[in-house]
Amino acid sequence: MGESGYLAAFIAVAAVATFATRVIPFLFFERHTEHPLVRHLGRYLPAAVMALLATVFLQRSADWSGTWMGFDALLPGALVIIIHLWRRNALLSIAAGTISYMAIQQAGL
Amino acid sequence: MNQSVFRLTLPILFGYLPLGMAFGVLFTTQLDYAWWAAPLMGIVIYAGAGQILAVSLLAVNAGLLEVFIAMFVLNARHLFYGLSLLGQFKGAGWRKLYLIFGLTDETYSLLTSRPRGTDRGHEQEVDFRITGFNQCYWVLGCAIGALLGNNVAFDSTGIEFALVALFIVLTLEQFKALGEGFPIWLGAAAAGVAMLLLPPAHQLIGAIALVTAVLLLEYRKSRGQTPREESSHG
Repeated sequence: MGESGYLAAFIAVAAVATFATRVIPFLFFERHTEHPLVRHLGRYLPAAVMALLATVFLQRSADWSGTWMGFDALLPGALVIIIHLWRRNALLSIAAGTISYMAIQQAGL
Repeated sequence: MNQSVFRLTLPILFGYLPLGMAFGVLFTTQLDYAWWAAPLMGIVIYAGAGQILAVSLLAVNAGLLEVFIAMFVLNARHLFYGLSLLGQFKGAGWRKLYLIFGLTDETYSLLTSRPRGTDRGHEQEVDFRITGFNQCYWVLGCAIGALLGNNVAFDSTGIEFALVALFIVLTLEQFKALGEGFPIWLGAAAAGVAMLLLPPAHQLIGAIALVTAVLLLEYRKSRGQTPREESSHG
């Protein structure tokens, strides 16, 4: 009982904390949707966030100490960019990058 | 509509299924709780890194206040996501609560990058389904991982790169839609600074705070050139 009671409380607290981070901006800035500052952030923030997520997770996918020196992730990443600029088909670009990354990782070089 | 939503969210399926499974395997092999608690966490918490952190907190029977602070800090980057979606979610009615609840990195990326038509209600319905599909993939991954435990047969090593590839593709799409490189370079540079200066757990929030600060400064500068307009919005 104590065990499952703790788990239930734990999950509830974790859920509330996570939801809080997502709902707070809507609670406090809802009335300022048309404010030029909010529009400015709405225009530029997504592109900047996308670029930083791509950068951080690309860096974390790479093995910087082994023989590849980071290229185990940088090469598939470059492949995604090249194929996407060429065909502009999101699924194709993602599949090509992912398959090449998996091949490199599983080859265990 | 469901078919096009499925196509749009397919990269997320490839990312969330293996990552959710990784969480599920971790959950059953590290802890003594029933397997179904793993998908339950996927349903009510729904946060990738947050749930993996939760496993280590559960393992040491962490206090609830500590749990709250740890989860809030880890997910604090979401505070900034809502800022750019205030207008987009406006008037979404009962769907809005779920749209906000389901605002993960990946869902945020899709919702802010996809081309939008003029029919607001329809676009919000699409946003809603995208969010729902993504969570289904995640919960499914959590359940499969928790049930299989260590008996996962398929070697899916590296498949989570689908999410990295998705972020790269969406960055390119954002660049094409905006026609400006500045926010892209800003985001990449902020990530670089954060990775040099901060431990991994704080890199995302550090980089996002830095990006927001620069955008605010830049806003002030551009407003400074037209001070009359600023005062009118006081």
